[in-house]
Amino acid sequence: MAAGFKTVEPLEYYRRFLKENCRPDGRELGEFRTTTVNIGSITTADGSALVKLGNTTVICGIKAEFAEPPAESSNKGYIVPNVDLSPLCSSRFRPGPPGEEAQAASQFIADVIENSEIIMKEDLCIANGKLAWVLYCDLICLDYDGNILDACTFALLAALKNVQLPTVTINEETGLAEVNLKQTNPLNIRKHPVATSFAVFDDTILIVDPTAEEEDLATGTVTIVMDEEGRLCSVNKPGGSGLTAAKLQDCITRAVTRHKEVKQLIDKVIKSVK
Amino acid sequence: METGLPARPGSGSGVGRWGRVPRAEGAVPAVAMGSEPGGCALRPFSCELGPLGRPDGSAAFLQGDTSVLAGLYGPAEVKGSRELYDQATLEVLLKPKVGLPGVFEKSREQLIRRTCEAVILGTLHPRTSVTIVLQVVSDAGSLLACCLNAACMGLMDAGLPMKSLFCGVTCALDADGALSLDPTAKQEKEARALLTFAISSVERRVLMSTTKGTCSVEELQRCIAAAQRAADAVFRFYRDSIHRKYSKA
Repeated sequence: MAAGFKTVEPLEYYRRFLKENCRPDGRELGEFRTTTVNIGSITTADGSALVKLGNTTVICGIKAEFAEPPAESSNKGYIVPNVDLSPLCSSRFRPGPPGEEAQAASQFIADVIENSEIIMKEDLCIANGKLAWVLYCDLICLDYDGNILDACTFALLAALKNVQLPTVTINEETGLAEVNLKQTNPLNIRKHPVATSFAVFDDTILIVDPTAEEEDLATGTVTIVMDEEGRLCSVNKPGGSGLTAAKLQDCITRAVTRHKEVKQLIDKVIKSVK
Repeated sequence: METGLPARPGSGSGVGRWGRVPRAEGAVPAVAMGSEPGGCALRPFSCELGPLGRPDGSAAFLQGDTSVLAGLYGPAEVKGSRELYDQATLEVLLKPKVGLPGVFEKSREQLIRRTCEAVILGTLHPRTSVTIVLQVVSDAGSLLACCLNAACMGLMDAGLPMKSLFCGVTCALDADGALSLDPTAKQEKEARALLTFAISSVERRVLMSTTKGTCSVEELQRCIAAAQRAADAVFRFYRDSIHRKYSKA
């Protein structure tokens, strides 16, 4: 009977739960789904991580290649993120060129990398003006159940922490690069940005970590990215119902606690690998 | 139909309000006309309603030297797969001044589209499409805010039903934490953080927010407050423009 009501009036069905301050899957309004992370699963990649936020699964693989530094900043390397939302993860995506959501997500990840300075591009330079690393970060969604931005940011962070770059020396005589695959160094991760997404319902109620169904019913979404110093790397609110400054403050407060949870999880995982 | 109404302080009731806005370093801002662009004042803006004949609505919005042309089509026919049974389908196309639209434009289009979706009463026109085409004519800073303003004026010119108006305001924070509104391209490059907000005319709520660079939580709140105050001037300008358009006709 409840299933029938849910099909006919999904929004009313949802409102009944919200009135009791909970959600159909039993979570509180401020509760995240079970987060699990697995690093180093792709042996052919220089760094990888698989993150599951409830059912939402995102895998990040990082490959490092050589390139010439850009002309205007000869001491910098490149980080190129790409988010792939294929029909594999959800029937809402059609095969073909990346759709709007994938492109917006890729741009969001690129902005997070740039704003938070998770890695200094100068650290990726091997020889000024001649050789630099380019890190291709491919984020592939394997299962789409909402809150893709949080999962992607977390997967990227975990994968970057897992990256081992081989030592490269430039031979003085030949001018060629000599790669020593046996001696690898991890990347210098300066900041740990963590994203927290919220869905806005009926202009007033904020719920954390929305599932795909909740996102479809929501009137707006907000994503806050914070680093460990409490600085805001990104406040991404793409349209949707208006929020007062006070409501945004509530989101930020929740984002701070989420950051601590995620940081603990990542530290535990990295320690277990060593 | 041209309305060239500067929103600079010194032109009417805006003066006292701008005079009370404190800068980060505690100094009283210069309120005279033609003083430094940005600061706690907006650059002079002007708008032309209905410059294009073919689209159902059009607007050209200028903020200082930044200029965006918006053309609107709607409510119009929608292709089968994109049709929504209960509301209008909105599409935004942002054309940069040079080059082809890329991933960056796509993400901007999504921001503008979702802002407009929150405001347009799409349920009054189900199974139709509304297309907003924004062409960047010149970019001298605060481009996204100018696009939002042009889109809103275009929507008004097309006569589409909306729950509220919205306006775009950009805030720049420099290395010392000093806030300046409506930054020029030079100020944007030197800024530590750049925040763009779309503010609704109802209770000055934040409809859209996008940030570049990092800022503290307290700085964010300050920027939102400044943007909400600046929105008053923009909404007054909208009202005056529409008033002029309809009073002459």
